Amino acid sequence: MGEKILEINDLHVSFQTFAGRVQAVRGVSLTLNKGETLALVGESGSGKSVTCRSIMRLLSKNASIDSGKIIFNGEDLLSKTDKEMQHIRGKDIAMVFQDPMTSLNPTMTVGKQVAEPIILHQKLSKSEAMKKALELFRLVDIPEPEKRLKYYPHQFSGGQRQRIVIAIALACNPKILIADEPTTALDVTIKAEILDLMKSIQKKVSTSIIFVTHDLGVVANIANRVAVMYGGKIVEIGTVDEIFYNPKHPYTWGLLRSVPTLDDREDSLYAIPGSPPDLLDPPKGDVFAQRNQYALNVDAYYEPPMFKVSQTHYASTWLLDPRAPKIKIPQSIAARWQYFKSKKQSFKDKRG
Amino acid sequence: MDEPINENKNLSPKIPSSYFTPLDDTHHFDNERIAAPSLSFYQDAWRRLKKNKAAVASMIILLLIILVEVLSIWYSPYDPNLQNVPHANLPPRIPHVNINGFNGKAKISGVWVDKYELVHVPKDLNYYFGTDAFGRDLLSRVLAGTRVSLLIALAAAFFDLIIGITYGLVSGWKGGSVDTIMQRILEIISGIPTLVVVILMLLFIRPGVTSIIIALGLTGWITMARVVRAETLKLKNQEFVLAARTLGESSLNIAVGHILPNLSGIIIIQTMFTIPSAIFFEAFLSFIGIGMRAPNASLGTLLNEGYKTFRFLPHLMWFPAVAICVIMITFNLLADGLRDAFDPKMKD
Amino acid sequence: MSGFFRFILKRIVYMLITLLLISSCTFLLMNFLPGSPYGNEEKLTNKQREVMNERYGLNKPLGERYIIYMSGMLKGDFGISLQFGDQPVRSILSKRIGPSLQLGIQAMILGTSVGIILGMIAAMFQNSFIDAIVSLIAIIGRSVPNFVFAVLLQLLFAVYLKLFPIALWDKGFLSTVLPTVALSVSPMADSARFIRTEMIEVLNSDYIELARAKGMSEWRVAFKHGLRNALIPLITILGPMSVSLMTGSLVVENIFAIPGIGEQFVKSIMTNDYSTIMAVTMLYSTMLVTIILFVDILYGIVDPRIRVGGGEY
Repeated sequence: MGEKILEINDLHVSFQTFAGRVQAVRGVSLTLNKGETLALVGESGSGKSVTCRSIMRLLSKNASIDSGKIIFNGEDLLSKTDKEMQHIRGKDIAMVFQDPMTSLNPTMTVGKQVAEPIILHQKLSKSEAMKKALELFRLVDIPEPEKRLKYYPHQFSGGQRQRIVIAIALACNPKILIADEPTTALDVTIKAEILDLMKSIQKKVSTSIIFVTHDLGVVANIANRVAVMYGGKIVEIGTVDEIFYNPKHPYTWGLLRSVPTLDDREDSLYAIPGSPPDLLDPPKGDVFAQRNQYALNVDAYYEPPMFKVSQTHYASTWLLDPRAPKIKIPQSIAARWQYFKSKKQSFKDKRG
Repeated sequence: MDEPINENKNLSPKIPSSYFTPLDDTHHFDNERIAAPSLSFYQDAWRRLKKNKAAVASMIILLLIILVEVLSIWYSPYDPNLQNVPHANLPPRIPHVNINGFNGKAKISGVWVDKYELVHVPKDLNYYFGTDAFGRDLLSRVLAGTRVSLLIALAAAFFDLIIGITYGLVSGWKGGSVDTIMQRILEIISGIPTLVVVILMLLFIRPGVTSIIIALGLTGWITMARVVRAETLKLKNQEFVLAARTLGESSLNIAVGHILPNLSGIIIIQTMFTIPSAIFFEAFLSFIGIGMRAPNASLGTLLNEGYKTFRFLPHLMWFPAVAICVIMITFNLLADGLRDAFDPKMKD
Repeated sequence: MSGFFRFILKRIVYMLITLLLISSCTFLLMNFLPGSPYGNEEKLTNKQREVMNERYGLNKPLGERYIIYMSGMLKGDFGISLQFGDQPVRSILSKRIGPSLQLGIQAMILGTSVGIILGMIAAMFQNSFIDAIVSLIAIIGRSVPNFVFAVLLQLLFAVYLKLFPIALWDKGFLSTVLPTVALSVSPMADSARFIRTEMIEVLNSDYIELARAKGMSEWRVAFKHGLRNALIPLITILGPMSVSLMTGSLVVENIFAIPGIGEQFVKSIMTNDYSTIMAVTMLYSTMLVTIILFVDILYGIVDPRIRVGGGEY
């Protein structure tokens, strides 16, 4: 694996709400390597967005980072002042948000919005920044870019707006691009286009990407590595192949089963039973135990550690303990391998 | 990931092996358990309101004021309209309080003089708020005036409710051309300044409590109608209305039985905003002299009388001014609190 | 674009209907009004009354008078004042419109600009001490009637501190200061409150988050991206705010003895001066509907979503 660019160590984030303290992130550790795409996968409320916003230090006012470190360029981002963070945001670390319909300022032309970070960080004049914005528009494939720079956001479609948001994020050639569910709010066809765009851009500008999604189906296309989050923790992390073809955590199994396929052998779409844990008062032991059909007695008392599966693959489930009964991967997942392979292949073909 | 987070050998030895057996079905957790207790709409609003200290304090003060006002119907210190010219223009005197201005003394050409002694008021006879130019007890007049203000406000709010809700509900629920016509009418009426309507009404009907109530009732309902209509339009396409329709309930029943209860939040908020504006309007009209007429007291007439002699008899202005400010502030604070409680996202 | 024009055209038609309705109602009400416009009613003989009725055109049939009234009004002619030295209403009011307009505009500018600054600061420091102070100012501004304010200002700054004239309109700008401040309290409170809520919502929106993610400082985000978006909706309350200014001018002009429309209106009401009451009523209504129309047009121009799309209506 390549050189580390970002390292998160034992991050704890909580939110103060009227009902009490919600422990949204409870000890997340991960690393991001140069030039790779790391997918952060999980249900809503699993803490993936909060983890990303902690990197940007853009959490809401009622949030607090209780402990942990986020090391970027050898320095802890969490100990930086607001002013220092402003020099990092948009320049070294940039972010793409979920909903392109609301991410752009409705009363400012898109050109100005793209030029803004360029003026801010690269200290270019307005006209130079606009030239740069034009280049960015070409990079993200906006048709008639010269004319379109002067348009307002409402004159663009959702997919085009997301391209513009990506252009803004790329404006200062960031070292890390955090994409927080960038395709969730888009139609299926547009979704594929945006994924293609991100993939091709990564080749051109070689930035590292953290790609947040709740859809494992998307991950196969774009990611090098996958971290699966549940209940504010990483429950399994590994390369794409490891997660898809050798998943160890029952939650990952559930996620894989719930990816819809075209030739589905199952009668209905699979859904993991139950609802996510209440992070106001996280259950003792394994957080996933309540919804785990393979739960062991030990899950009710002890939290599982990260078991090492391979040099790159870790999972947090007692099923990996030598004393635990051996449980085979559900047949329905093995049946999908062929489908995943074909999907990945077709994607590669398309990219050429 | 070069550093292994936890090597497999590092097992917690204290965990007995017997724990590593599948959890049997009888011990299985309740999958679909809903963790947080559910609160009803009103409980939830009440919980939020209770957190708003200003609103709670306002509510208590208002309840006290209302209590005092109700009691003062029977137990007023004096008859508010009873003139007693020898006791005219007395400053306040409160027993056991020895602060100049509240002990019966007034400044006359730079010297504090006990005015009560000057006109030989008996020792045990006190005017807590002082008296006006006709020797009427100001406390009794402020009580009577506040009562008028509250009465007008409640009556105006009542008409506002009746007309506004009916209009908005009919317009929103009927929809189609009925809605279009009713909205056009509303649009035209809303171009008329309230001030103009109220003044025209007061010129036409004899000024007094009734005419002020009618005038305010005629103009106040427009916002309520708008809010109710907008909300009805939103609600009428929801599932529970559809369900009621499928069950064959009559249109009227659905509107009154299903839509109306769901509007209660915004109706309460809107009413709470009507009340202070009605109180203001009454005081305003009485202040410029076209509202309540002498000798009846209202906060507006008291202020009007008070401000003319403010420099020499400040108590005549201060007491009614403080009274109206307290009522207005508490109503506004409570209204704000209720708005935040019922609909945290709702704006003006 | 055509959608927007059609909308404006529609608004103008409503505006005319509203004005027609108001003028007709005013006319009818005035005619059935109890009481007589002649101050010395009891002393008049029947003959004198006939002469006066003929002089003021009160002896003609209702329909005819309505037509005369309406056609006169279109030319800006509101007849002759029944009270104030037989002057034409038009000349009475035209002398007085200046001070009222000046006060109104000054109060509007002062009130909204202070309100915007207060509201914005409160939103940026939501739930802080500053926010509490601003909320307190807004609540007091909304609750304390403007005539109470006016009297207090007059007493403090004119009577005791002698910084400004107590009343009247003869000291140029100095004369305008206290009444302007008294009038501006209500638009100040309204706009502070409005901008605060608006700004809080804007500051929580995704595009503000994106602006922060660009590495802009919080103040820059608030000014460049927040304020404009929070200000646009403020236009919608310009109408209600001008109404409250009109209402306020009645008392404030009286307290400061300013020769304005409001003061004249109160005088006319007290003396049953029908023609002046009708004229002021029409003046106020015309101003209000014009402001409402202006607000709609302005909103369309300022908000690019409406300007180009026109699909909003």
